[in-house]
Amino acid sequence: MLSKYEKELLVIIWEKMMPVAEDIGSESLLRMFTTFPKTKTYFAHLDIKPRSKQMLSHGKKIVYALHEGAKNIGTLASTLAPLSRFHAYQLRIDPTNFKLLSHCILVTLACHMKDEFTPVAHAAMDKYLSAFAAVLAEKYR
Amino acid sequence: MVEWTAEERAAIQDIFNSLDYEDVGPKALQRCLIVYPWCQRYFGGFGNLYNAEAILSNPMVAAHGIVVLHGLDRAMKNMDDIKQTYAELSVLHSEKLHVDPDNFKLLADCLSVVIAGKMGTNFTPEIQAAWQKFLSVVVSALGRQYH
Repeated sequence: MLSKYEKELLVIIWEKMMPVAEDIGSESLLRMFTTFPKTKTYFAHLDIKPRSKQMLSHGKKIVYALHEGAKNIGTLASTLAPLSRFHAYQLRIDPTNFKLLSHCILVTLACHMKDEFTPVAHAAMDKYLSAFAAVLAEKYR
Repeated sequence: MVEWTAEERAAIQDIFNSLDYEDVGPKALQRCLIVYPWCQRYFGGFGNLYNAEAILSNPMVAAHGIVVLHGLDRAMKNMDDIKQTYAELSVLHSEKLHVDPDNFKLLADCLSVVIAGKMGTNFTPEIQAAWQKFLSVVVSALGRQYH
């Protein structure tokens, strides 16, 4: 459950991340690949060297989607419906991996926001990323 | 037996060397109780944990955070046999404290986020990987004596 305050906080944070979407997104992915090597199995088709063109572009897509979702938290399922279908029928990423990327997103935000990434912001973000992941996995079965 | 590279040992050692226990310990436990409120079930005797402000100003939480962090010292000093080093602690958490071992991971994740916040971009992906590998061995050792 997200309070009104938490929803506003999430919009503020993701707005701040938009200008550095490529950096935040690609760093989160890189942290995930380095800490949890099994996640690389889903990216055999991409160049996942740090800050490669594909990593930057992919990272940007992820942050843009997170920003879009945060602006429309009340309608997450419908906002993310195309992404949801994509993950279910094409990507078929095992949902346990969403937790791994979510954790690395939290670490990346902590590194960049430092003290601004307060426990309350962390809680709101963790709840949001869990809800986001749940929607992505919704159509799996 | 867990294999550690020289780089991993150095990364973990470096983090401990620069750790302010009195600051990071409390912050990690406070964050855990705020982000994962169900963990509060184990701290019934700690007084007011009603909201984030209460948790952040609770002296018992702060004190216990320091205790937990010093507990990690022993693992760092015995990296080649964390399993044995923590056997007794594991029994304690299982038989006396009755803590669901899943919670160890939650605290470990919060500790990583606190350290990331302090180190900023110095907490590189490689250092993060080494640190999390260390914590996952600790978490596994703590959960081992549950029967």
